[in-house]
Amino acid sequence: MRKFVSIVLLAGFVFYFATLTGGLMIPSTSGERSSVGLDILSRTADETGSANAVTSVVVLYRGFDTLGEVTVLFLAALGISIFMKGTGGVRKKVLDQSFILETGSRLLFPLMFLFGIYIITHGHLTPGGGFPGGVVIATGFFVILLTSESINFNKTLMSVLEGLAGLSFIGLGLVGLFGPDNSFLQNFLPLGDFNTIFSAGIIPIIYAVVGIKVAAELSSVVFAMKESK
Amino acid sequence: MLYLLSFLVLVMLSIGIAIIFVKDILSAVILSTVVSLIVSIIFLFIAAPDVAITEAAIGAALTAVVFVIAIKRTKMEETEDKE
Repeated sequence: MRKFVSIVLLAGFVFYFATLTGGLMIPSTSGERSSVGLDILSRTADETGSANAVTSVVVLYRGFDTLGEVTVLFLAALGISIFMKGTGGVRKKVLDQSFILETGSRLLFPLMFLFGIYIITHGHLTPGGGFPGGVVIATGFFVILLTSESINFNKTLMSVLEGLAGLSFIGLGLVGLFGPDNSFLQNFLPLGDFNTIFSAGIIPIIYAVVGIKVAAELSSVVFAMKESK
Repeated sequence: MLYLLSFLVLVMLSIGIAIIFVKDILSAVILSTVVSLIVSIIFLFIAAPDVAITEAAIGAALTAVVFVIAIKRTKMEETEDKE
């Protein structure tokens, strides 16, 4: 059975490998293959003011999909929290950690937190954005949870932050209804100077909100999993 | 470029097969994070840095965290049953 599964997997990988190499033979800069991409690339700087075209697609052109993604993540985190709450109990003392792990995690946590904030706030200039930045911050929380037993993790604050972030995402979208375009999740702020940090209208605000929401959700998921018996 | 990508895909393929045969479940989790890292390097080379960052953060870090916590929980319950 195991051999059969591995043969099937191997065949799949070989097929994938052949497809990948076949696709790479075609030069990707030909431009005839994706006129939609070229169209977006040519107009994104004027329309959205965002230097990162991917971010302008994710937040403005397909902002409604991002709202759906955030909702899916919220429902998953809610389910895990409910499931883990039922099995909660008295925590036992975990093994003594080594000195190197303890000191290293204390050193690493502020750096990871800062890097997450950098990824979130520069989402419209460089690759990154709310989702990866929030995940980096949540991983930083996990690193600190690995060693310190009595961390003061305020669950209520996390829930409030998460709810406020979600509400302000929808609120920003609703304000767009009264903006110049009269549609949901459209830009209503001045675009500012291109390729500076205060530019691109509502894109940095929405990504900051998404980053706060993702970081709060995932760190409470990790904390709930760690704390449950 | 093509040879580099082919080499990375081959490494990824062999690690993916090794995950099936490895005995220790924790080693399997660590190997799967290595696969995620190689995928993110490939994304970086084919000019998709946004996807590469997301793949490295979620596939390599957060998935491993969740798996490791789950493995730790199940092992603890097994030892409690034996006692």
